[in-house]
Amino acid sequence: MTEANDRLPLSLTVPEPDVRPGGQPDFSHVRIPQAGEIRRPAIDEDPENMRDLAFGIIRVLDRDGNAVGPWAGSLSPEELRDGLRHMMTLRAYDARMLVAQRQGKTSFYMQHLGEEAVSCAFQRVLNKGDMNFPTYRQAGLLVAAGYPLVKMMCQVYSNDGDSARGRQLPVFYSSKENGFFSISGNLATQYVQAVGWAMASAIMRDTKIAAAWIGDGSTAESDFHAALVFASTYKAPVVLNIVNNQWAISTFQGIARGGSGTFAARGHGFGIPALRVDGNDYLAVHAAGAWAAERARRNLGPTVVEYVTYRAAGHSTSDDPSGYRPKQESEAWPLGDPILRLKGYLIAIGEWSEERHVQAEAEIADTVVRAQKEAEAIGTLQSGRRPSPKDMFEDVYAEMPPHLVEQRQQAGY
Amino acid sequence: MIEAIQNAHDLAMGADERVVVMGQDVGYFGGVFRCTAGLQKKYGKTRCFDAPISELGIVGTAIGMAAYGLRPCVEIQFADYMYPGYDQIVSEAARLRYRSAGEFTCPLVIRMPTGGGIYGAQTHSQSPEALFTHVAGLKTVIPSNPADAKGLLLAAIEDPDPVIFLEPKRLYNGPFDGHHDRPVVPWKKHEAGEVSPDYYTVPLGKAATRREGSDLTILSYGTMVHVALAAVEELGVDAEVIDLRTLIPLDKPAIVESVRKTGRCLIVHEATLTSGYGAELAAVVQRECFYHLEAPIERVAGWDTPYPHAGEWDYFPGPNRVAAAIKAVMEA
Repeated sequence: MTEANDRLPLSLTVPEPDVRPGGQPDFSHVRIPQAGEIRRPAIDEDPENMRDLAFGIIRVLDRDGNAVGPWAGSLSPEELRDGLRHMMTLRAYDARMLVAQRQGKTSFYMQHLGEEAVSCAFQRVLNKGDMNFPTYRQAGLLVAAGYPLVKMMCQVYSNDGDSARGRQLPVFYSSKENGFFSISGNLATQYVQAVGWAMASAIMRDTKIAAAWIGDGSTAESDFHAALVFASTYKAPVVLNIVNNQWAISTFQGIARGGSGTFAARGHGFGIPALRVDGNDYLAVHAAGAWAAERARRNLGPTVVEYVTYRAAGHSTSDDPSGYRPKQESEAWPLGDPILRLKGYLIAIGEWSEERHVQAEAEIADTVVRAQKEAEAIGTLQSGRRPSPKDMFEDVYAEMPPHLVEQRQQAGY
Repeated sequence: MIEAIQNAHDLAMGADERVVVMGQDVGYFGGVFRCTAGLQKKYGKTRCFDAPISELGIVGTAIGMAAYGLRPCVEIQFADYMYPGYDQIVSEAARLRYRSAGEFTCPLVIRMPTGGGIYGAQTHSQSPEALFTHVAGLKTVIPSNPADAKGLLLAAIEDPDPVIFLEPKRLYNGPFDGHHDRPVVPWKKHEAGEVSPDYYTVPLGKAATRREGSDLTILSYGTMVHVALAAVEELGVDAEVIDLRTLIPLDKPAIVESVRKTGRCLIVHEATLTSGYGAELAAVVQRECFYHLEAPIERVAGWDTPYPHAGEWDYFPGPNRVAAAIKAVMEA
């Protein structure tokens, strides 16, 4: 070893977002490819030959409301109208639940504002029997699968109508029938489980695929890296979704991304093909998701898909983003609003109108309010019919061991 | 208590440039509970900064920093999120001094909010202290009020070994006696809410007697100290309530002296019963006070289930359960 005494002192790099509260949001440096600009490789393309896909942004809808390029055309107008309704329903549902939380009817809530396209569109690429391993911000998977709103609300209210007996935090839904795995709440833990579920499908010579979900921030967890290793080694039939909504509570995405350029590019180190997609473009999310799902179904292995979007609201009802980012940042976000963009497209092709939109809004509002009344007739976190405390002791094990029987008796049940 | 913890960080960083603070959201924003507010602004972003969401990364890099000679004080956002870092804590931080015979050491503090009472359900309510007290090489601290939180945190940062610093999150904004349906009392109306602005330490390994009495001894820590005191007042028994403050090292003399005096012992914690720290306390009392005991040692603890959301107050061992156990000990 030589003496290192003639060197300049080192210094620690700590990345920071460009703008903080009080500053003017500026996304002009974010390179956004034109809609239609990014190529669409063959489903069986060698991952080595499509590394560029991890650095662009697949976009279908242009600024004038046209669907353009090789990723366009994966959905019919009827399907797109359904998609619009799903996103509008999710937004209306979020708005009601947010107010319900403020009214003390539940303890906590997390909304999807601005990110509705990601989960609503992706659900439509899956088949019955496929399984999502979601995070807390993919309720659109349930909405688009037709899961009843009233059941979702009962979960949020932790009332007697909640199929998980009020055990979980609000928004931690679970529905096996709808391909929605029980949400853990600990970050990234389920990403690797999705890979295992997909491996099981392959072991059993089944045809089902899995979809893993994670946020930009949580890709820093080791579980994410373990998931990629296993998916790569065993060519698991899984779509490895990364929702990059720019913010992990107060921490901007640069802290988790480091020097890697994009989150999608993380797949390359594992030889996994990776797509990067406009997450606010319903058509692009669907087309890219369908490409990745098809790859998995053809036994070609995993695909990493990064959805570039923006968390327009706080992380949760416990968070106030004005403490760490400019208030106008969400309006300055260059990829626009997913609902307005799809609406504009449907109007441009003559499959929708302002009048029909207003009417749909009213119908959806009515549906959500009716579901809410039905859920509240059962109860909320603080009133009405609530799960019995006796339930607390159930399901810890398949069969209740003697010490829990004893404790349940002590508790008076 | 949040201000006291923030102030301890501030004083430690001001007194010793080796003290660095890292964790999720602790930098610019100052932490989701605000325990590190203003530190980045005051001491710069290389001494207080945001970490990627990797508890393994936070603990592992902090061990490396400590081994270099820094005094890292890192935050895990909730104790429930600690598990990805558990291998680094148990296999690495706890044993570095031992396996290198003191050549490398790990003067590290890992802070984490703990316990329930905020409708956090199974992922924001756990009390994992026994998972740390079971590990040789770790010290485990859990304050019950702002004045102690500050002094204990400063002592933990000064300590030459890794310290797990558990902060009962239900106490952040005021004492909590378990009566969840009553108005929240702020710390400023509580005597222990008075915190000196000076640098001071509360030694690790020293319990505090919160109430002197002769009928029975209640051993507790964290939130449950306040619950125990409320139950004692409501029942009108003359109990001695001991706040352990540090679980490892344990203030055995304080426990033994009290139980030998009262002849009865109740242990109260929020963590699950089976293999909880109360079992260790019961073993100590049994061994040291056997011939003074007039009744079996009782324990009140969380049920052996995950922490439910809707059933928060059916799960939380509140004053009614503590009172019933006091009666059982007194009538045995």
